[in-house]
Amino acid sequence: MSARSELASPAVANEGGVQLMSRATLELVDVSKEYPRRGGAVRALEGIDLHIERGEFVCVVGASGSGKSTLLSLIAGLTKPTAGEVLLDGSPVVGPGPDRGLVFQVGAVYPWRTVERNVAYGLEFLPISRDERRARVAWFLAETGLTDLRHALPRQLSGGQLQRVAIARALACEPEVLLLDEPFGALDVQTKEDMQLLIRRIWQDTGTTILLVTHDVPEAVFLGQRVVVFASDPGRVAADMTVDLPDDRDLTDKRAPKFLALQSSIEDLVRTYHRHHTGT
Amino acid sequence: MAAPWSTATGVTRARQTPRGWSALPRRRPPRARPPLFAIRAPISRRARWTLVAVSILGSFGAWWALSVSGLVDPAEYLPTPAATFAAGLEMARSGQLFTDAWATIGRVMVGFGAAIAASVPLGIVMGTFRAGQSLFEPVIGLVRYLPATAFIPLLIIWLGLGEPHKATLIFLGTFFFNTLMTADAVRGVPAAFVDVSFTLGARTGETVRKVIIPHSLPGMIDSVRVNSAAAWNMVVVAELIAAESGLGYRITRLQRFLQIDDIFAILMVIALFGLTMDVVLRLLRDRVGRWV
Repeated sequence: MSARSELASPAVANEGGVQLMSRATLELVDVSKEYPRRGGAVRALEGIDLHIERGEFVCVVGASGSGKSTLLSLIAGLTKPTAGEVLLDGSPVVGPGPDRGLVFQVGAVYPWRTVERNVAYGLEFLPISRDERRARVAWFLAETGLTDLRHALPRQLSGGQLQRVAIARALACEPEVLLLDEPFGALDVQTKEDMQLLIRRIWQDTGTTILLVTHDVPEAVFLGQRVVVFASDPGRVAADMTVDLPDDRDLTDKRAPKFLALQSSIEDLVRTYHRHHTGT
Repeated sequence: MAAPWSTATGVTRARQTPRGWSALPRRRPPRARPPLFAIRAPISRRARWTLVAVSILGSFGAWWALSVSGLVDPAEYLPTPAATFAAGLEMARSGQLFTDAWATIGRVMVGFGAAIAASVPLGIVMGTFRAGQSLFEPVIGLVRYLPATAFIPLLIIWLGLGEPHKATLIFLGTFFFNTLMTADAVRGVPAAFVDVSFTLGARTGETVRKVIIPHSLPGMIDSVRVNSAAAWNMVVVAELIAAESGLGYRITRLQRFLQIDDIFAILMVIALFGLTMDVVLRLLRDRVGRWV
Protein backbone atom coordinates (compact mmCIF):
# COMPACT_ATOMS: atom_id res chain seq x y z
CA MET A 1 0.00 0.00 0.00
CA SER A 2 2.66 2.51 0.98
CA ALA A 3 6.41 2.53 0.96
CA ARG A 4 6.17 2.34 4.72
CA SER A 5 4.48 -1.05 4.85
CA GLU A 6 7.44 -2.52 3.05
CA LEU A 7 9.82 -0.76 5.45
CA ALA A 8 7.89 -2.06 8.42
CA SER A 9 8.63 -5.71 7.71
CA PRO A 10 10.62 -7.60 10.34
CA ALA A 11 13.78 -5.66 10.71
CA VAL A 12 16.94 -7.41 11.70
CA ALA A 13 17.66 -10.89 12.91
CA ASN A 14 19.70 -10.89 16.06
CA GLU A 15 21.17 -14.05 17.45
CA GLY A 16 23.39 -14.77 20.38
CA GLY A 17 25.00 -12.11 22.46
CA VAL A 18 27.91 -13.29 24.49
CA GLN A 19 29.89 -14.74 21.61
CA LEU A 20 29.51 -11.50 19.68
CA MET A 21 30.84 -9.33 22.50
CA SER A 22 33.94 -8.32 20.61
CA ARG A 23 32.16 -7.72 17.33
CA ALA A 24 30.73 -4.39 16.22
CA THR A 25 27.06 -4.51 17.05
CA LEU A 26 26.25 -1.48 14.89
CA GLU A 27 28.19 -0.78 11.73
CA LEU A 28 27.87 1.90 9.07
CA VAL A 29 29.83 1.15 5.91
CA ASP A 30 30.47 4.06 3.55
CA VAL A 31 26.96 5.43 4.10
CA SER A 32 25.80 8.43 2.07
CA LYS A 33 22.43 10.12 2.01
CA GLU A 34 21.13 12.63 -0.53
CA TYR A 35 17.78 14.37 -0.41
CA PRO A 36 16.30 15.33 -3.78
CA ARG A 37 15.83 19.07 -4.28
CA ARG A 38 14.69 21.05 -7.28
CA GLY A 39 17.39 20.82 -9.91
CA GLY A 40 19.69 18.48 -7.99
CA ALA A 41 20.23 16.96 -4.60
CA VAL A 42 21.39 18.00 -1.15
CA ARG A 43 24.07 15.77 0.32
CA ALA A 44 23.22 15.28 3.98
CA LEU A 45 25.81 12.60 4.71
CA GLU A 46 28.85 11.40 2.79
CA GLY A 47 30.98 8.31 3.28
CA ILE A 48 30.16 7.63 6.92
CA ASP A 49 32.10 4.75 8.44
CA LEU A 50 31.18 4.07 12.04
CA HIS A 51 31.61 1.03 14.28
CA ILE A 52 29.86 0.83 17.60
CA GLU A 53 30.57 -2.07 19.93
CA ARG A 54 27.90 -3.81 21.94
CA GLY A 55 27.33 -1.94 25.20
CA GLU A 56 29.18 1.19 24.11
CA PHE A 57 27.98 4.74 24.82
CA VAL A 58 28.85 6.92 21.82
CA CYS A 59 28.02 10.60 21.38
CA VAL A 60 27.94 12.41 18.05
CA VAL A 61 28.50 16.18 18.09
CA GLY A 62 28.38 18.63 15.23
CA ALA A 63 26.93 21.95 14.22
CA SER A 64 23.46 22.13 12.72
CA GLY A 65 23.42 20.87 9.15
CA SER A 66 25.98 18.17 9.83
CA GLY A 67 23.43 15.43 9.21
CA LYS A 68 23.36 14.17 12.80
CA SER A 69 19.60 13.60 12.79
CA THR A 70 19.75 11.99 9.35
CA LEU A 71 22.29 9.55 10.79
CA LEU A 72 19.86 8.39 13.48
CA SER A 73 17.00 8.26 11.02
CA LEU A 74 19.08 5.92 8.80
CA ILE A 75 20.02 3.66 11.70
CA ALA A 76 16.40 3.61 12.89
CA GLY A 77 15.43 2.55 9.38
CA LEU A 78 13.00 5.45 8.86
CA THR A 79 14.97 6.51 5.75
CA LYS A 80 17.18 4.53 3.43
CA PRO A 81 20.77 5.44 2.59
CA THR A 82 21.50 6.55 -0.98
CA ALA A 83 24.66 4.45 -0.85
CA GLY A 84 26.38 2.20 1.66
CA GLU A 85 25.02 -0.11 4.31
CA VAL A 86 23.78 0.03 7.90
CA LEU A 87 24.39 -3.29 9.65
CA LEU A 88 23.12 -4.46 13.02
CA ASP A 89 24.98 -7.57 14.19
CA GLY A 90 25.98 -8.12 10.59
CA SER A 91 22.47 -7.98 9.11
CA PRO A 92 21.42 -5.02 6.99
CA VAL A 93 18.79 -2.71 8.44
CA VAL A 94 15.76 -2.73 6.14
CA GLY A 95 13.23 -0.79 8.17
CA PRO A 96 12.26 0.52 11.59
CA GLY A 97 11.99 -2.01 14.39
CA PRO A 98 11.95 -2.29 18.18
CA ASP A 99 15.58 -3.46 18.26
CA ARG A 100 16.60 0.15 17.57
CA GLY A 101 14.73 2.48 19.95
CA LEU A 102 14.51 6.13 18.95
CA VAL A 103 13.87 9.18 21.14
CA PHE A 104 13.38 12.61 19.58
CA GLN A 105 14.17 16.03 21.08
CA VAL A 106 10.47 16.44 21.79
CA GLY A 107 9.55 12.90 22.70
CA ALA A 108 6.44 12.22 20.60
CA VAL A 109 4.75 10.78 23.69
CA TYR A 110 1.18 9.78 22.78
CA PRO A 111 -1.03 12.41 24.46
CA TRP A 112 -4.14 10.20 24.63
CA ARG A 113 -2.33 7.45 26.53
CA THR A 114 -1.36 7.58 30.18
CA VAL A 115 2.33 7.34 31.10
CA GLU A 116 1.93 3.63 31.84
CA ARG A 117 0.18 2.88 28.54
CA ASN A 118 2.78 4.87 26.62
CA VAL A 119 5.53 2.72 28.10
CA ALA A 120 3.49 -0.42 27.34
CA TYR A 121 2.97 0.57 23.67
CA GLY A 122 5.69 -1.57 22.07
CA LEU A 123 4.88 -4.57 24.26
CA GLU A 124 1.29 -4.65 23.00
CA PHE A 125 2.49 -6.13 19.72
CA LEU A 126 4.30 -9.03 21.35
CA PRO A 127 2.90 -12.38 22.47
CA ILE A 128 3.56 -11.95 26.19
CA SER A 129 1.11 -12.30 29.06
CA ARG A 130 -0.59 -9.28 30.58
CA ASP A 131 1.19 -9.96 33.88
CA GLU A 132 4.59 -10.00 32.25
CA ARG A 133 3.79 -6.81 30.36
CA ARG A 134 2.74 -5.14 33.58
CA ALA A 135 5.86 -6.28 35.40
CA ARG A 136 8.14 -5.04 32.64
CA VAL A 137 6.37 -1.67 32.42
CA ALA A 138 6.58 -1.29 36.22
CA TRP A 139 10.33 -1.97 36.15
CA PHE A 140 11.02 0.69 33.52
CA LEU A 141 8.70 3.18 35.23
CA ALA A 142 10.70 2.70 38.43
CA GLU A 143 14.02 2.91 36.58
CA THR A 144 13.04 6.29 35.09
CA GLY A 145 11.40 7.58 38.28
CA LEU A 146 7.89 7.66 36.83
CA THR A 147 6.10 5.22 39.14
CA ASP A 148 4.07 7.94 40.88
CA LEU A 149 3.07 9.46 37.56
CA ARG A 150 2.01 6.21 35.89
CA HIS A 151 -1.68 7.21 35.61
CA ALA A 152 -0.98 10.80 34.49
CA LEU A 153 -1.72 12.07 30.99
CA PRO A 154 1.19 13.64 29.05
CA ARG A 155 -0.34 17.13 29.16
CA GLN A 156 0.13 17.08 32.93
CA LEU A 157 3.89 16.39 32.64
CA SER A 158 6.92 18.67 32.39
CA GLY A 159 9.41 18.50 29.51
CA GLY A 160 11.85 16.37 31.52
CA GLN A 161 9.13 13.95 32.58
CA LEU A 162 7.96 13.59 28.97
CA GLN A 163 11.51 12.67 27.92
CA ARG A 164 11.62 10.05 30.68
CA VAL A 165 8.43 8.53 29.27
CA ALA A 166 9.89 8.46 25.75
CA ILE A 167 13.10 6.83 27.03
CA ALA A 168 11.23 4.26 29.16
CA ARG A 169 8.96 3.44 26.23
CA ALA A 170 11.92 2.79 23.91
CA LEU A 171 13.80 0.78 26.58
CA ALA A 172 10.80 -1.42 27.35
CA CYS A 173 11.24 -3.01 23.91
CA GLU A 174 14.77 -4.12 24.95
CA PRO A 175 16.51 -2.44 22.02
CA GLU A 176 19.97 -3.53 20.90
CA VAL A 177 20.72 0.16 20.40
CA LEU A 178 19.06 3.20 21.95
CA LEU A 179 19.17 6.18 19.56
CA LEU A 180 18.78 9.57 21.25
CA ASP A 181 18.32 12.63 18.99
CA GLU A 182 19.15 15.75 21.04
CA PRO A 183 17.03 14.28 23.82
CA PHE A 184 17.76 17.02 26.35
CA GLY A 185 18.02 19.96 23.94
CA ALA A 186 14.69 21.50 24.94
CA LEU A 187 15.22 21.20 28.71
CA ASP A 188 16.39 23.76 31.27
CA VAL A 189 19.93 23.38 32.59
CA GLN A 190 19.04 21.73 35.92
CA THR A 191 16.62 19.23 34.39
CA LYS A 192 19.18 18.50 31.70
CA GLU A 193 21.77 17.53 34.35
CA ASP A 194 19.25 15.27 36.09
CA MET A 195 18.54 13.58 32.78
CA GLN A 196 22.25 13.16 32.00
CA LEU A 197 22.74 11.35 35.30
CA LEU A 198 19.61 9.29 34.61
CA ILE A 199 20.77 8.14 31.19
CA ARG A 200 24.22 7.25 32.58
CA ARG A 201 22.55 5.15 35.29
CA ILE A 202 20.23 3.48 32.77
CA TRP A 203 23.23 2.65 30.59
CA GLN A 204 25.01 1.05 33.55
CA ASP A 205 21.89 -0.79 34.77
CA THR A 206 20.78 -2.19 31.43
CA GLY A 207 24.00 -2.39 29.41
CA THR A 208 22.14 -1.06 26.38
CA THR A 209 24.25 0.30 23.54
CA ILE A 210 23.55 4.03 23.31
CA LEU A 211 24.12 6.43 20.41
CA LEU A 212 23.34 10.01 21.39
CA VAL A 213 23.39 13.01 19.06
CA THR A 214 23.84 16.49 20.50
CA HIS A 215 25.31 19.92 19.75
CA ASP A 216 26.23 20.31 23.42
CA VAL A 217 29.93 19.37 23.68
CA PRO A 218 30.14 19.14 27.52
CA GLU A 219 27.11 16.84 27.41
CA ALA A 220 28.79 14.61 24.83
CA VAL A 221 32.01 14.42 26.86
CA PHE A 222 30.19 13.78 30.13
CA LEU A 223 28.00 11.01 28.71
CA GLY A 224 30.05 9.23 26.09
CA GLN A 225 32.89 6.76 26.13
CA ARG A 226 33.59 8.04 22.65
CA VAL A 227 32.78 11.35 20.99
CA VAL A 228 32.44 11.41 17.21
CA VAL A 229 32.73 14.90 15.71
CA PHE A 230 30.75 15.57 12.53
CA ALA A 231 31.67 18.15 9.90
CA SER A 232 28.96 19.91 7.92
CA ASP A 233 27.89 20.10 4.30
CA PRO A 234 28.05 17.27 3.56
CA GLY A 235 27.90 15.62 6.97
CA ARG A 236 30.94 13.43 7.53
CA VAL A 237 33.10 12.12 10.34
CA ALA A 238 35.79 14.66 11.23
CA ALA A 239 37.18 13.04 14.37
CA ASP A 240 36.55 10.09 16.66
CA MET A 241 37.86 10.63 20.17
CA THR A 242 37.96 8.36 23.20
CA VAL A 243 36.84 9.93 26.47
CA ASP A 244 39.44 8.96 29.03
CA LEU A 245 37.26 9.36 32.11
CA PRO A 246 36.18 6.75 34.68
CA ASP A 247 32.88 4.96 34.10
CA ASP A 248 31.56 6.19 37.44
CA ARG A 249 30.99 9.84 36.66
CA ASP A 250 29.26 12.59 38.57
CA LEU A 251 28.62 16.23 37.79
CA THR A 252 31.82 17.39 39.53
CA ASP A 253 33.80 15.58 36.84
CA LYS A 254 32.69 18.35 34.50
CA ARG A 255 35.17 20.63 36.33
CA ALA A 256 38.12 18.21 36.17
CA PRO A 257 41.11 19.49 34.13
CA LYS A 258 41.05 16.36 31.97
CA PHE A 259 37.37 16.92 31.18
CA LEU A 260 37.86 20.59 30.36
CA ALA A 261 40.86 19.88 28.15
CA LEU A 262 38.91 17.35 26.09
CA GLN A 263 35.88 19.64 25.97
CA SER A 264 38.04 22.53 24.66
CA SER A 265 39.72 20.51 21.97
CA ILE A 266 36.37 19.12 20.73
CA GLU A 267 34.78 22.58 20.83
CA ASP A 268 37.67 23.89 18.73
CA LEU A 269 37.12 21.11 16.21
CA VAL A 270 33.38 21.74 15.99
CA ARG A 271 34.02 25.47 15.61
CA THR A 272 36.62 24.91 12.86
CA TYR A 273 34.26 22.77 10.80
CA HIS A 274 31.38 25.14 11.42
CA ARG A 275 33.48 28.16 10.28
CA HIS A 276 34.60 26.26 7.25
CA HIS A 277 30.95 25.53 6.53
CA THR A 278 29.68 29.09 6.91
CA GLY A 279 32.74 30.56 5.20
CA THR A 280 33.76 32.89 8.03
CA MET B 1 22.84 63.01 16.94
CA ALA B 2 20.38 63.74 19.68
CA ALA B 3 16.64 64.12 19.39
CA PRO B 4 14.09 64.84 22.07
CA TRP B 5 11.57 62.14 22.89
CA SER B 6 8.92 61.83 25.53
CA THR B 7 8.24 58.93 27.82
CA ALA B 8 4.90 57.81 29.16
CA THR B 9 5.48 60.06 32.17
CA GLY B 10 6.12 63.03 29.94
CA VAL B 11 9.81 63.39 30.76
CA THR B 12 11.80 64.59 27.78
CA ARG B 13 15.27 63.11 27.27
CA ALA B 14 17.80 63.04 24.50
CA ARG B 15 18.14 59.84 22.48
CA GLN B 16 21.23 58.84 20.56
CA THR B 17 20.83 57.35 17.09
CA PRO B 18 23.62 56.02 14.88
CA ARG B 19 24.46 57.15 11.34
CA GLY B 20 22.94 60.60 11.83
CA TRP B 21 19.36 59.32 11.48
CA SER B 22 16.79 61.34 13.37
CA ALA B 23 15.28 59.34 16.23
CA LEU B 24 12.37 57.05 15.30
CA PRO B 25 9.09 58.60 16.36
CA ARG B 26 7.38 56.77 19.20
CA ARG B 27 3.63 56.24 19.34
CA ARG B 28 1.88 57.25 22.51
CA PRO B 29 1.16 54.17 24.63
CA PRO B 30 -2.31 52.69 24.07
CA ARG B 31 -5.06 53.51 26.53
CA ALA B 32 -5.96 50.68 28.88
CA ARG B 33 -8.93 48.72 27.48
CA PRO B 34 -11.64 47.22 29.64
CA PRO B 35 -11.52 43.38 29.50
CA LEU B 36 -14.76 43.32 27.51
CA PHE B 37 -12.92 44.84 24.54
CA ALA B 38 -9.45 43.33 25.01
CA ILE B 39 -8.41 40.48 22.70
CA ARG B 40 -9.16 37.12 24.36
CA ALA B 41 -9.03 38.60 27.84
CA PRO B 42 -11.19 36.63 30.27
CA ILE B 43 -14.40 38.36 31.30
CA SER B 44 -16.17 37.99 34.63
CA ARG B 45 -18.78 35.26 35.17
CA ARG B 46 -21.43 37.87 35.66
CA ALA B 47 -20.56 39.66 32.44
CA ARG B 48 -20.62 36.35 30.58
CA TRP B 49 -24.04 35.25 31.80
CA THR B 50 -25.45 38.74 31.30
CA LEU B 51 -24.34 38.67 27.67
CA VAL B 52 -25.78 35.16 27.18
CA ALA B 53 -29.09 36.35 28.63
CA VAL B 54 -29.06 39.46 26.42
CA SER B 55 -28.42 37.27 23.39
CA ILE B 56 -31.34 34.93 24.03
CA LEU B 57 -33.86 37.24 25.70
CA GLY B 58 -32.94 40.09 23.35
CA SER B 59 -33.85 38.03 20.26
CA PHE B 60 -37.12 36.80 21.76
CA GLY B 61 -37.86 40.30 23.03
CA ALA B 62 -37.33 41.80 19.57
CA TRP B 63 -39.58 39.11 18.07
CA TRP B 64 -42.26 39.72 20.67
CA ALA B 65 -42.05 43.51 20.33
CA LEU B 66 -42.35 43.37 16.56
CA SER B 67 -45.29 40.95 16.62
CA VAL B 68 -47.38 43.02 19.08
CA SER B 69 -46.36 46.45 17.79
CA GLY B 70 -49.01 46.55 15.10
CA LEU B 71 -46.37 47.16 12.43
CA VAL B 72 -47.01 43.68 11.03
CA ASP B 73 -50.14 41.55 11.01
CA PRO B 74 -49.68 38.80 13.66
CA ALA B 75 -52.04 36.47 11.79
CA GLU B 76 -50.36 36.74 8.40
CA TYR B 77 -46.72 37.73 8.94
CA LEU B 78 -45.41 37.22 12.43
CA PRO B 79 -47.16 35.34 15.25
CA THR B 80 -46.29 36.24 18.83
CA PRO B 81 -43.94 33.90 20.72
CA ALA B 82 -46.92 32.93 22.90
CA ALA B 83 -49.05 32.01 19.87
CA THR B 84 -46.15 30.00 18.45
CA PHE B 85 -45.73 28.12 21.73
CA ALA B 86 -49.47 27.45 21.95
CA ALA B 87 -49.51 26.18 18.36
CA GLY B 88 -46.58 23.89 19.09
CA LEU B 89 -48.28 22.58 22.21
CA GLU B 90 -51.46 21.88 20.27
CA MET B 91 -49.54 19.95 17.57
CA ALA B 92 -47.71 18.01 20.26
CA ARG B 93 -50.98 17.15 22.00
CA SER B 94 -52.50 15.77 18.80
CA GLY B 95 -49.40 13.60 18.26
CA GLN B 96 -48.88 15.08 14.80
CA LEU B 97 -45.64 16.78 15.80
CA PHE B 98 -44.09 13.52 16.97
CA THR B 99 -45.08 11.61 13.84
CA ASP B 100 -43.53 14.33 11.67
CA ALA B 101 -40.42 14.73 13.82
CA TRP B 102 -39.83 10.99 13.88
CA ALA B 103 -40.15 10.76 10.08
CA THR B 104 -37.57 13.54 9.68
CA ILE B 105 -35.18 12.13 12.28
CA GLY B 106 -35.42 8.70 10.68
CA ARG B 107 -34.40 10.14 7.29
CA VAL B 108 -31.45 11.99 8.83
CA MET B 109 -30.33 8.81 10.59
CA VAL B 110 -30.44 6.77 7.37
CA GLY B 111 -28.94 9.36 5.00
CA PHE B 112 -26.41 10.96 7.32
CA GLY B 113 -25.62 7.62 8.94
CA ALA B 114 -24.74 6.16 5.54
CA ALA B 115 -22.69 9.26 4.73
CA ILE B 116 -20.70 8.88 7.97
CA ALA B 117 -20.25 5.14 7.47
CA ALA B 118 -18.81 5.75 3.99
CA SER B 119 -16.91 9.00 4.46
CA VAL B 120 -14.99 8.16 7.65
CA PRO B 121 -13.15 5.10 6.26
CA LEU B 122 -12.57 6.88 2.94
CA GLY B 123 -11.27 9.98 4.75
CA ILE B 124 -8.92 7.82 6.82
CA VAL B 125 -7.57 6.18 3.64
CA MET B 126 -7.16 9.60 1.97
CA GLY B 127 -5.40 11.10 4.97
CA THR B 128 -3.15 8.10 5.59
CA PHE B 129 -1.99 7.01 2.15
CA ARG B 130 -0.70 9.40 -0.49
CA ALA B 131 -2.10 7.04 -3.10
CA GLY B 132 -5.55 7.38 -1.57
CA GLN B 133 -5.24 11.14 -1.64
CA SER B 134 -4.17 11.19 -5.30
CA LEU B 135 -6.92 8.76 -6.29
CA PHE B 136 -9.91 10.32 -4.50
CA GLU B 137 -9.16 13.93 -3.71
CA PRO B 138 -9.41 15.41 -7.23
CA VAL B 139 -12.85 13.94 -7.92
CA ILE B 140 -14.24 14.63 -4.44
CA GLY B 141 -12.81 18.14 -4.49
CA LEU B 142 -14.67 18.76 -7.75
CA VAL B 143 -17.98 17.07 -6.93
CA ARG B 144 -18.39 18.84 -3.59
CA TYR B 145 -18.86 22.13 -5.44
CA LEU B 146 -21.96 20.75 -7.18
CA PRO B 147 -24.83 21.76 -4.88
CA ALA B 148 -26.60 18.61 -3.70
CA THR B 149 -29.95 20.37 -4.21
CA ALA B 150 -29.22 20.61 -7.94
CA PHE B 151 -29.48 16.80 -8.05
CA ILE B 152 -33.08 16.74 -6.79
CA PRO B 153 -34.71 16.54 -10.27
CA LEU B 154 -32.33 13.76 -11.31
CA LEU B 155 -32.82 11.89 -8.04
CA ILE B 156 -36.59 12.02 -8.50
CA ILE B 157 -36.24 10.65 -12.06
CA TRP B 158 -33.89 7.89 -10.90
CA LEU B 159 -35.34 6.99 -7.52
CA GLY B 160 -38.92 8.26 -7.56
CA LEU B 161 -40.56 10.25 -4.78
CA GLY B 162 -40.07 7.74 -1.95
CA GLU B 163 -37.55 7.43 0.84
CA PRO B 164 -34.47 6.53 -1.26
CA HIS B 165 -34.40 9.94 -2.94
CA LYS B 166 -34.46 11.72 0.43
CA ALA B 167 -31.72 9.57 1.98
CA THR B 168 -29.62 9.99 -1.16
CA LEU B 169 -30.00 13.77 -1.06
CA ILE B 170 -28.80 13.89 2.56
CA PHE B 171 -25.95 11.56 1.62
CA LEU B 172 -24.86 13.76 -1.31
CA GLY B 173 -25.10 16.88 0.83
CA THR B 174 -22.80 15.58 3.56
CA PHE B 175 -20.61 12.76 2.22
CA PHE B 176 -18.06 14.83 0.28
CA PHE B 177 -17.44 17.47 2.92
CA ASN B 178 -17.22 14.92 5.69
CA THR B 179 -14.72 12.87 3.68
CA LEU B 180 -12.44 15.85 3.06
CA MET B 181 -12.68 17.06 6.67
CA THR B 182 -11.95 13.57 8.01
CA ALA B 183 -8.91 13.34 5.72
CA ASP B 184 -7.73 16.71 7.05
CA ALA B 185 -8.10 15.55 10.66
CA VAL B 186 -6.07 12.43 9.81
CA ARG B 187 -3.37 14.46 8.06
CA GLY B 188 -3.02 16.45 11.29
CA VAL B 189 -1.35 13.47 13.01
CA PRO B 190 2.31 14.49 13.52
CA ALA B 191 4.77 12.39 11.46
CA ALA B 192 6.88 11.76 14.59
CA PHE B 193 3.96 9.87 16.20
CA VAL B 194 3.86 7.53 13.20
CA ASP B 195 7.65 7.12 13.04
CA VAL B 196 7.88 6.31 16.75
CA SER B 197 5.13 3.71 16.37
CA PHE B 198 7.18 1.85 13.75
CA THR B 199 10.36 2.01 15.83
CA LEU B 200 8.37 0.43 18.68
CA GLY B 201 7.50 -2.53 16.49
CA ALA B 202 4.04 -1.65 15.16
CA ARG B 203 3.01 -2.54 11.59
CA THR B 204 1.03 -0.33 9.23
CA GLY B 205 -2.43 -1.54 10.29
CA GLU B 206 -1.54 -1.35 13.98
CA THR B 207 -0.25 2.19 13.54
CA VAL B 208 -3.48 3.25 11.82
CA ARG B 209 -5.53 1.66 14.61
CA LYS B 210 -3.45 2.72 17.61
CA VAL B 211 -1.99 6.08 16.53
CA ILE B 212 -3.77 7.64 13.57
CA ILE B 213 -7.37 6.94 14.60
CA PRO B 214 -7.06 7.82 18.31
CA HIS B 215 -5.23 11.06 17.50
CA SER B 216 -7.72 12.21 14.85
CA LEU B 217 -10.91 11.00 16.59
CA PRO B 218 -11.81 14.37 18.19
CA GLY B 219 -11.32 16.07 14.82
CA MET B 220 -13.49 13.46 13.09
CA ILE B 221 -16.32 13.98 15.61
CA ASP B 222 -16.04 17.73 15.04
CA SER B 223 -16.38 17.17 11.32
CA VAL B 224 -19.56 15.10 11.86
CA ARG B 225 -20.87 17.87 14.09
CA VAL B 226 -20.31 20.56 11.46
CA ASN B 227 -21.84 18.43 8.70
CA SER B 228 -24.89 17.49 10.76
CA ALA B 229 -26.12 21.04 10.07
CA ALA B 230 -26.03 20.25 6.34
CA ALA B 231 -27.91 16.99 6.98
CA TRP B 232 -30.73 18.93 8.66
CA ASN B 233 -30.82 21.35 5.75
CA MET B 234 -31.04 18.58 3.19
CA VAL B 235 -33.79 16.61 4.92
CA VAL B 236 -36.04 19.66 5.16
CA VAL B 237 -35.37 20.56 1.52
CA ALA B 238 -36.23 17.00 0.45
CA GLU B 239 -39.45 17.10 2.45
CA LEU B 240 -40.43 20.49 1.05
CA ILE B 241 -40.10 19.09 -2.48
CA ALA B 242 -41.94 15.81 -2.17
CA ALA B 243 -43.03 13.94 0.94
CA GLU B 244 -46.04 12.55 2.76
CA SER B 245 -44.67 13.15 6.24
CA GLY B 246 -41.96 15.02 8.08
CA LEU B 247 -41.41 18.50 9.44
CA GLY B 248 -40.62 19.98 6.01
CA TYR B 249 -43.75 18.40 4.52
CA ARG B 250 -45.81 19.81 7.40
CA ILE B 251 -44.57 23.31 6.59
CA THR B 252 -45.78 23.05 2.98
CA ARG B 253 -49.17 21.78 4.19
CA LEU B 254 -49.53 24.63 6.69
CA GLN B 255 -48.51 27.15 4.05
CA ARG B 256 -51.70 26.37 2.10
CA PHE B 257 -53.83 27.37 5.06
CA LEU B 258 -51.67 30.34 6.06
CA GLN B 259 -51.13 28.81 9.52
CA ILE B 260 -47.98 30.75 10.18
CA ASP B 261 -48.04 30.21 13.95
CA ASP B 262 -47.80 26.46 13.29
CA ILE B 263 -45.03 27.06 10.75
CA PHE B 264 -43.08 29.06 13.32
CA ALA B 265 -43.55 26.29 15.86
CA ILE B 266 -42.10 23.76 13.44
CA LEU B 267 -39.14 26.01 12.64
CA MET B 268 -38.46 26.19 16.37
CA VAL B 269 -38.60 22.40 16.65
CA ILE B 270 -36.12 22.02 13.76
CA ALA B 271 -33.76 24.50 15.41
CA LEU B 272 -34.03 22.66 18.73
CA PHE B 273 -33.22 19.29 17.17
CA GLY B 274 -30.20 20.75 15.39
CA LEU B 275 -28.99 22.37 18.57
CA THR B 276 -29.43 19.15 20.55
CA MET B 277 -27.41 17.16 18.02
CA ASP B 278 -24.68 19.82 18.10
CA VAL B 279 -24.50 19.82 21.90
CA VAL B 280 -24.46 16.02 22.13
CA LEU B 281 -21.62 15.76 19.58
CA ARG B 282 -19.73 18.55 21.31
CA LEU B 283 -19.94 16.70 24.64
CA LEU B 284 -18.84 13.48 22.95
CA ARG B 285 -15.89 15.27 21.35
CA ASP B 286 -14.84 16.77 24.69
CA ARG B 287 -15.09 13.38 26.37
CA VAL B 288 -13.11 11.57 23.68
CA GLY B 289 -10.58 14.42 23.50
CA ARG B 290 -9.97 14.77 27.23
CA TRP B 291 -6.25 14.34 26.57
CA VAL B 292 -6.00 17.48 24.39
